[in-house]
Amino acid sequence: MRIALRIALAASAALLTLGVAQAQEKTLRIGTEGAYPPFNNLTADGQLVGFDIDIAKALCDEMKVKCTFVAQDWDGIIPALQAGKFDAIVASMSITPERAEKVDFTHKYYNTPPAIAAPKDTDIKGVTKEDLAGKTIGVQASTTHFNYSTKTYTESTVKPYPTAQEYQLDLANGRLDAANDDVVVLQQWLDSPDGACCKLVGTIKPVIEIHGPGAGIAVRKGETDLVNKFNAAIDAIRANGKYKEINDKYFKYDVYGGES
Amino acid sequence: MSLATDALKVDRPPPPARGWSRQRILGHVLVGLWIALGIGMVVYLVAAWNPEFFQKYAPGYISGLGITLLLVAISIVLGAILSVPIAYARMSKNPILSGFAYAYVYFFRGTPLLAQTFLVYYGVGSFRPELEMVGLWGFFREAFNCAIFAFSLNTAAYQAEILRGAIESVPRGQWEGAASLGLHKLQTMWKIILPQALIVALRPYGNEIILMIKGSAIVAIITVYDLMGITRLTYARTFDFQSYIWAAIIYLVIVETLRHGVEWIERRITIHLHR
Repeated sequence: MRIALRIALAASAALLTLGVAQAQEKTLRIGTEGAYPPFNNLTADGQLVGFDIDIAKALCDEMKVKCTFVAQDWDGIIPALQAGKFDAIVASMSITPERAEKVDFTHKYYNTPPAIAAPKDTDIKGVTKEDLAGKTIGVQASTTHFNYSTKTYTESTVKPYPTAQEYQLDLANGRLDAANDDVVVLQQWLDSPDGACCKLVGTIKPVIEIHGPGAGIAVRKGETDLVNKFNAAIDAIRANGKYKEINDKYFKYDVYGGES
Repeated sequence: MSLATDALKVDRPPPPARGWSRQRILGHVLVGLWIALGIGMVVYLVAAWNPEFFQKYAPGYISGLGITLLLVAISIVLGAILSVPIAYARMSKNPILSGFAYAYVYFFRGTPLLAQTFLVYYGVGSFRPELEMVGLWGFFREAFNCAIFAFSLNTAAYQAEILRGAIESVPRGQWEGAASLGLHKLQTMWKIILPQALIVALRPYGNEIILMIKGSAIVAIITVYDLMGITRLTYARTFDFQSYIWAAIIYLVIVETLRHGVEWIERRITIHLHR
């Protein structure tokens, strides 16, 4: 009797682990930041929404896998990928040479230029080093914009913030003279009531060595199979109109950018 | 003379045999594990030794360390000054005064330092026009000042409690004795009570400084790049765990130095208590 019970228990445990293992095989865990609207954002009730999320869902449908999403702080997002907390990053991550040393990237899935925003009564006239000399510029830490700002605006003070929302707060209350980020992110904020203080000064011509060819999906090094699947899926949703549908849901123009 | 030598000849009982009791084995194993961990870390650091990493990031770490020390030093001193009236109010018989002090301590000990710092920096930031009117915006515009402000208020609450506890630990008899000698209350406080209270307070003060040093690691959220902030930036650029290990080592060294400092002071000020 007792032996039979044990065998039954062991068998059910084995079945359970098997079931879990199978379930894990089919789901792909996607890491994103959740503080970078309109690309990815956490709603008040904890849902992840945004362009990145919709694109990722479309790609998962295309690859016929089940996807779950994980929100992760930006400056720990690559280490978390490497530690296996999730399998791919879909978080508007620019494809840069430094990052490519640590992770493998797909093709870009969008490319929009960086820009400068400033208060409406600003005396900043352009986006060059001279225009911003002596000003305090807010950027998100560990981004291409941070790298660009520290390298380009050497005569300004560059303040790194943990997320975009925090430099936006400081730009609104006047601690910052300007902010540097993706034009779409800035524009979305400027169009919202919170961004009423400020305006777009202008866009910056991307520098390929710093900004890279656009935003791609990152996976752990060596997972070429997954990269190929993602690339095929990106091409597929570009071709079948799904991409355009998502694009038009969020933007009035094409964020994919030129072919590259 | 002969008496003394006789005394030395007295047979002492033999020392108890030191067998390998279970606790002793466990103790050796645990110490062994710790040593192995330490050696492992040293080996890792030697293996991961990267002169380029140092050249590129060491200056950042030093400036971060400077910010951390400056921030903690200023906050602790301002907090100490603030804590005196708060401790006084806390012990006062006036219910309004003591109620106010109680509420202050209650709030600052009951909420996370992170939330307080965030509230001061971004909360105050949204009252810019009002602050400009009273001329305070210049102060609150700087993130470093906001950090000092929040940290000082926070540590003042803790230090007030330390001070109050220490003063109340001095027996009432000391007050009464001083009164019978005709000493004024302030004189009693300054010359009789405080010297005894501060001996009691020394260790909690040391702990508070240590907690403050470690607590200050959150200040990077308001763009003050202290040791921890620099570490995170470095890690985000290099993805090298070394960055965190170095930060941990630097924090350990600061805390260890402080601990020894406190012990040294304690030995000095308790000389009269040793026989």
